[in-house]
Amino acid sequence: MAAVPKAESAKWKMVSCDPDKCTGCAICEYICSLTKENVFSAQKSRIRTMRLHPLINISITCRLCTPAPCVTACPREALTQSEQTGVIMIDDDKCDGCSWCIEACDYGAITLHPELKKVRICDLCDGDPKCVKWCPEEALDFVTKDILSQKARIAVAKKLFKESMEAAGIKV
Amino acid sequence: MLGYAGRILHVDLSSGKIWTEPLKEELAKKYIGGIGLGMRLLLDNSKSGVDPFDPENPLVLATGPLSGSMVPTGGNGHAFVSKSPESFGVGEAKSHGHFGTEMKRAGYDAIIFHGKSEKPVYLWVDDDAVQLMDAKHLWGKSTFETDDAIRNELKDFYIRVASIGPAGEKLVRIACIMNDRSRAAGRCGMGAVMGSKNLKAIAIRGSKDVKVANQERLLELIKIQHERMKGPAARKYRTLGTPENVLVLQKLGAMPTNNFTRATFDAADKISGEYLNERFVAKIIGCSSCAMRCEHVAVVPEGPYKGTTTRIEYEPLWAIGPNCGVGNLDAILKGMDLSNYYGVDAISIGGIVGFAMDLYEHGLIGKEELSGLELNFGNHEAMLEMIKRISLREGLGDVLAEGVKLAAEKIGKTAPNYAVHIKGVEMTGYDIRGLKTAALGYAVSFRGADHNRHGAYGPDVAGKVNRFKAEKGRGKLVKETEDLYTIIDSLIVCKFSRGTYFEGYKDLAALYSAVTGIEMTPEELQKAGERINNLGRLFNIREGLTRKDDTVPWKVMNVPIPDEGVAKGSFVSQEDLDLLLDDYYEVRGWTKDGVPTVEKLNEIGMEDLVYIVKEKTEKPRKKAKEEE
Repeated sequence: MAAVPKAESAKWKMVSCDPDKCTGCAICEYICSLTKENVFSAQKSRIRTMRLHPLINISITCRLCTPAPCVTACPREALTQSEQTGVIMIDDDKCDGCSWCIEACDYGAITLHPELKKVRICDLCDGDPKCVKWCPEEALDFVTKDILSQKARIAVAKKLFKESMEAAGIKV
Repeated sequence: MLGYAGRILHVDLSSGKIWTEPLKEELAKKYIGGIGLGMRLLLDNSKSGVDPFDPENPLVLATGPLSGSMVPTGGNGHAFVSKSPESFGVGEAKSHGHFGTEMKRAGYDAIIFHGKSEKPVYLWVDDDAVQLMDAKHLWGKSTFETDDAIRNELKDFYIRVASIGPAGEKLVRIACIMNDRSRAAGRCGMGAVMGSKNLKAIAIRGSKDVKVANQERLLELIKIQHERMKGPAARKYRTLGTPENVLVLQKLGAMPTNNFTRATFDAADKISGEYLNERFVAKIIGCSSCAMRCEHVAVVPEGPYKGTTTRIEYEPLWAIGPNCGVGNLDAILKGMDLSNYYGVDAISIGGIVGFAMDLYEHGLIGKEELSGLELNFGNHEAMLEMIKRISLREGLGDVLAEGVKLAAEKIGKTAPNYAVHIKGVEMTGYDIRGLKTAALGYAVSFRGADHNRHGAYGPDVAGKVNRFKAEKGRGKLVKETEDLYTIIDSLIVCKFSRGTYFEGYKDLAALYSAVTGIEMTPEELQKAGERINNLGRLFNIREGLTRKDDTVPWKVMNVPIPDEGVAKGSFVSQEDLDLLLDDYYEVRGWTKDGVPTVEKLNEIGMEDLVYIVKEKTEKPRKKAKEEE
């Protein structure tokens, strides 16, 4: 069993998608596969877009779970999680494409490379995720989980107090 | 030759034979892709004089060289091309969404459907594995249900489906082909051609890489486009969307109302883009690779049509709304949803219902033929009922399903005067009585009445020309926008992005070259646009269309705009039309009859098609000599 890092996890930043802003354009998929594989290919992208209904659009990539179920599930110890960044690192020599990790991931954030038959997971582009940079709607954000919850609190407070703020002439 | 998949797939529905052929670089460079390549493949794979519903009329599906790439709006387009059952000339309709992306990933630039299947089938393309599947259980199903059923039975959510609804099956001449639930290859009855082949749907899943020639250069260009798309050039589409046109055209007295009886609509405020966005639009989504996003998804919040969720654009809103005298947005949205559900062009269906209302009000059809329906302008319930009857060919709907031109001929008497069409294709939402540049663009459009072949309303609406006057110079304006628009439809990028190519052909050629590795100058690309327009013309000439078909609807020529205001009294006279056509043909290098000259065809590299004009000009001459 691989070590389960915890100490640094509050500082890890992840790629998060705001479904209210996501338009389902899949530019994140295009730029990801181009950056990582020099081709345009949805299958080779580490982030995937899902449109369930015209009103339901979201892009999903690794959520840096800890302990990470994919790491736990790997029978060959091919996956390890970086203590510094939370990124799941893949040892291609050990990975045999068995895909237990794909089943273990609740978010569908792991894909099997169609030619190499090794799994692929978002590596956050060494701290500068290209998908976030290129998202034309700023629907993608590169944030810590603390900032994520902060953002949610701001949104809900605005919603709850919208009327009273308007009545008081307060602009937020 | 990157960007292109380099392969054309042939499917013979009669024999079940499926094969591929390589796409020749010369053909790709000359006709680009999309409608250009599609029309050339149609011409080369068909005989003249074949009925659109004959198995010998092929249906061509083409992507563009940019499909599958990250070029904003360019990554997703596809086009259907065939001989149109409405115009009996060339028919073409494009669509966006995600289908074209998937087709390119599967490795095809075009798919040509030949023949006719004995029983209902759908085509399942899984990269190189291509098979015809039984579609008996899908026959009669709506486009939505078909989409869901196929993805469910093939057990892959990311499969993209283009399908026809019951209207296409029943050869309703305005049937469309829907993909991604809300996108339509709408015009010219391509869905009816598909139905005539017993082809219910095309399902595609592609997993191949899309490679481009010059990655670094392409990313630079895309970055520039992204920035422009966030700016004023795309503002309209990002904010109110095309329904912004409602109040703009209303002000100009250019919004056809009650089947072109009037040019302003009393309830315009109740159907405006402003009202729509305030009350109905729940989200704006985008097609694959698009950095603009324009697709306004509207939801009816209450009332009898509560929960209706549909994409909304100005043209269908106009057709089902003002053109039928309907000012109830709930019902208009329901009408759009029904059009998509049954698989009919939401523009043409409004044209037909408006036409039927006009006939009803003038006593040319009666209640007894409509099983008691009171088909007055403004009756939105009757409008919705007629959408259903036409789509399913019920009662008088069976006659109306032929499109306004053929239906009017069947109904007889003065009905043809109320049939507002050009070349058999129903009009779109610009009142060209007071938009004379647009009138020329509409008249010469190779696919019949359409604003998207030329965009020539642009200079009229912007006040760059005197829109009430027919004068020399408009031919040049129309030619220029036509050439650009055919390139937009061949690459394929989205029309809504046209304002973001600040340097026109230069920007587009740069994108083309970066993706394909084929060096293309702006001049060569413009030439290709000219070539493709001549190609559309040549197909129509081969099928017997002449200068007489380059005309505008009877009402546009005979009923001056009655509304008080700037546009009052406007109409297009025969004199106007002749002046405009002569000017345009001259600029195009065509004869007075609108036939490309041999010199012109040689100049633009179409030597191989000279035979079409020779047959037309020499045969009658020979005949005349013999008669002497």
